[in-house]
Amino acid sequence: MRPVADVLIVLALALVAASSTAAVLARDPVRQSTVLALLGLSLALLFAVLQAPDVALSQLAVGSALTPLMLLLSVRKVRRKGKEGGSHRNAGNRTGSTDQEGRR
Amino acid sequence: MSVLPYLVAGWIFLIGCYGLATSRNLIHAVGCLAVCQASTYVLLLAVGYRDGGTAPVFSDLKPGTRPVVDPVVQALTLTDVVVGATVTALLLALVVQVGKRHGTVDPDELSELRG
Amino acid sequence: MSRRARLWVLAVGGLGLAVLLFAASLELPGFGGDWHPYGVRAVEAALARHTSNVVAAVNFDQRAFDTLGEESILFCAALGTVVLLRQTSDEHRVRPEPARVAPPVRRYALVALPVTLLIGLYIVAHGQLSPGGGFQGGVVVATALHLLYIAVDYRALERIRPIGLYAMADAAGEAAYLLLGAAGLIAGTAYLANVLPYGTFNTLASGGTVPLLNAAVGVEVASGVVVLLASFLDQAVEIVDADDPDSSGRNSDQDNSGRPRAPDNSDQPPAPDTSGRTPTPHNPPEEKPT
Repeated sequence: MRPVADVLIVLALALVAASSTAAVLARDPVRQSTVLALLGLSLALLFAVLQAPDVALSQLAVGSALTPLMLLLSVRKVRRKGKEGGSHRNAGNRTGSTDQEGRR
Repeated sequence: MSVLPYLVAGWIFLIGCYGLATSRNLIHAVGCLAVCQASTYVLLLAVGYRDGGTAPVFSDLKPGTRPVVDPVVQALTLTDVVVGATVTALLLALVVQVGKRHGTVDPDELSELRG
Repeated sequence: MSRRARLWVLAVGGLGLAVLLFAASLELPGFGGDWHPYGVRAVEAALARHTSNVVAAVNFDQRAFDTLGEESILFCAALGTVVLLRQTSDEHRVRPEPARVAPPVRRYALVALPVTLLIGLYIVAHGQLSPGGGFQGGVVVATALHLLYIAVDYRALERIRPIGLYAMADAAGEAAYLLLGAAGLIAGTAYLANVLPYGTFNTLASGGTVPLLNAAVGVEVASGVVVLLASFLDQAVEIVDADDPDSSGRNSDQDNSGRPRAPDNSDQPPAPDTSGRTPTPHNPPEEKPT
């Protein structure tokens, strides 16, 4: 039983490390919030295999729903404002994600 | 194996710091800060883990039959997860205000504005 | 400092920190070790006080004062967000249009809403027995309410979400925690001491003050998160600038996409017109059952 648990922990740790790296490297905040939701899920998985169901529950609710949602709402507010202001430098960011904005 | 989780926690913290320092968008920076926070959770829970241990919940477990993992670090992490999210909300509110007042959330442009 | 110099400083600092962290992790007790002096004592104390979820016992009994601090951070963060995101005098509200939702989405969200809400309340109520408690359940309850936004639209959500009431509930949760702590002083022991009878092990009423403090935290977290999300949603959906030329229009997004765009992104096709639909958060809460 113990080797199985160890393998699970190593896998979950690898997943967390990979998704946190991806969350930092995703420079567009819209994409980042999706990756952060993924990071929240993998953290919840890690906490579950580390025998911390309480923390996993809380991480699941917060990390995969609340934080990305707030990030997305801020992006929407700031971009709407930015469009009114006309051109400034991070416009490349905005146009890169018009399809995502349309979906929202 | 015995230090791997600690190293992963350190890696998450360092990559989060890297993202914070090189971020071109304050919303992205707040997301990186959330990554940094995650490293503390991993470190705390890794310290409290015990081989063959089970969750410290005795509603369906006879006390003393199995070793349990450390509940103290779990309690610390648990409150921090939720409180960390509300602090993230506060930071995002600040970013929204910055965006309203200055029309940009790029930290480099913001420092140009000040100078 | 130039960007290049900053990166160099970052690299040096990061490298130093990495070396220190590596050295420190070699000195930490090994992962999965048997030596957990505090854990063992916490388990004993929790069992002595008839609380079967030791994590809840640590949070609301043994370290209740620490939780008071955490809860105050939560309260202050919610308060600060509400103050920062309030409607200023140069802004005004645009009523969101009623939105059309695809029927399967509506059906699924409307079924998931009561179930998720119930699960959230269950998690709060059984905090001292099984994994869960006020912190986790509160977030689940708060996000469950927002399924109504996915299922119908923002106006429907606003109808079930009188912000003033939730703000008061937030304050009441914090106050209840403080007053329950004072009960210990009245009983002649310490602040936040567990003064109630411990009850029968593994029942809803076990653990003395643990279920009560847990419920107070549940109320505070749930209403705090609702208020937080409401501030952000109001900003993103309703509140627009008064000097915004589109302000007379029914939705500022629509006119924005029709306007000539800034030269730096003129090679891009104009954004699709999405104004008829209020935005939907793209990720439903993953704690949904099923």
